[in-house]
Amino acid sequence: MTDVRLPLRLIALAFAAVVVQEAAISQVSIFGVNADITPLVVMSVGLLAGSMAGAVMGFGTGLFVDMVLVQTLGVTSLLYIAIGYWAGRLRELRDPAHGLVPLAMGAASTAFAGIGMAVVQFLLGVDAPVSFLLVQQIFITVLVNTLIALPVYALVRRILRPALPDDPRRRRRRAYTTGGLSPLQRPSRGLGPLPRSSAR
Amino acid sequence: MYDKQVRRRRAVLALLVAVSLILLTAYFGESPGSPLHSVQRGIVEVLSPIQEGASKALKPFRDIAGWFSDTLHAKSERDQLRKEVQTYRAELAQAQSAETQNVQLTKEIGLDQSNSIQAYSPVGAHVISRDPTLWYATIEVDKGSDDGVHVDDPVMGDGGLVGKISTAGATYSIVTLITDHTFAVTAQVQDQYGDTGVLVAAVGNPNQLLLQYLPRRAPIQVGQQVVTAGFTSGPLESLYPPGIPIGQVSNASQANLQNNAEVQVNPVADLRHLDSVQILTHTHAGTQRAQLP
Repeated sequence: MTDVRLPLRLIALAFAAVVVQEAAISQVSIFGVNADITPLVVMSVGLLAGSMAGAVMGFGTGLFVDMVLVQTLGVTSLLYIAIGYWAGRLRELRDPAHGLVPLAMGAASTAFAGIGMAVVQFLLGVDAPVSFLLVQQIFITVLVNTLIALPVYALVRRILRPALPDDPRRRRRRAYTTGGLSPLQRPSRGLGPLPRSSAR
Repeated sequence: MYDKQVRRRRAVLALLVAVSLILLTAYFGESPGSPLHSVQRGIVEVLSPIQEGASKALKPFRDIAGWFSDTLHAKSERDQLRKEVQTYRAELAQAQSAETQNVQLTKEIGLDQSNSIQAYSPVGAHVISRDPTLWYATIEVDKGSDDGVHVDDPVMGDGGLVGKISTAGATYSIVTLITDHTFAVTAQVQDQYGDTGVLVAAVGNPNQLLLQYLPRRAPIQVGQQVVTAGFTSGPLESLYPPGIPIGQVSNASQANLQNNAEVQVNPVADLRHLDSVQILTHTHAGTQRAQLP
């Protein structure tokens, strides 16, 4: 049941994120730029569900963005695969529990998406000068996205939590309250009775 | 077990990257009528009503956010607009005098009066989505070929030229904005000489256009209006009717004119806050009527 629920929620999340982004958020200018929730959603999925889910979500969301905006297919998905994958690897290797990790990852993923898009556009032959304004816009977009990274992460976690097999926070909390990470780490019966706190 | 997981993860990653690269390469090398483009248009066709509904449903939230954003800029904008009003008052007096003269002369020589926007059968359309990237190249509107829209039709909004139709579905159209790197239009500076050049986007800077290939000694001043030139040369004819405002000259340094034969132009239309546009569906109507005996 869990195996089916997560992909379904990821598909619905990608669809909703792209539609809301194109229909509302991209039409609101903040400090002269638009916030972009799509890399934040991909980053959040990577942090919550791991590298494989992050990469697949990045590919799907990116492809959907390219489809909706009638852009060159594959550009955004290529960038978002990297964002989802590396967010997932961070979760798998470091298991970050600090509350500000999504903030830093949101900034990093937005910067990567902005700079990556510029590089790909240059490679595809867009005759664009690397102007100060371009750098300034990337910088302001990173700032704006950093501000909304935590709410977006919280929303994505709320949507995915029932379908996630294992949340790092819950696992850590469980480890502290039950006195061990898993039943395998509990002392065997041959070593004597369990302490009162662990037995409870 | 762990090795198997690692191998699987790497295989999925490699597969996704490979598919992206194949799509990118195939799409980039294909013509607009190719299968990938057709699939893309089909998907946009299906999603267009959903986006339109979402755009309408989310309008109150957009308006609230827009109100806060606008309030922040209101004071500086007010001061700038006051200065502009003073300039325009002086220009209005001159224009009214010229208009009176124009009406009289037009009557005298019997010219066709149909060279106005209404002559080009404008179709009103709402913006339902836009490109959120820094490159800011396209918007999507809710009118398509069912409403008489064709590819290459000029699009106006906010009192000036906004772009042209690059894709026309049945119920939606994609507008390539004047700030897109593929966009170019013959434009004329409204000075006493009517210097003509080619207006292109300063890509990466959504507030800036460049009017290129101007005469190197053109006496262009900051603040002069730039409009579409609408040339006709034998069977060739510009896609854009003449006289559509595009922008104002924002920087006309003599050094830049001498060396690069170009000036910088600020677009009239605020491309970031477009809610509705007008698509000119019969752009050659005026010309055809003028050619009649």
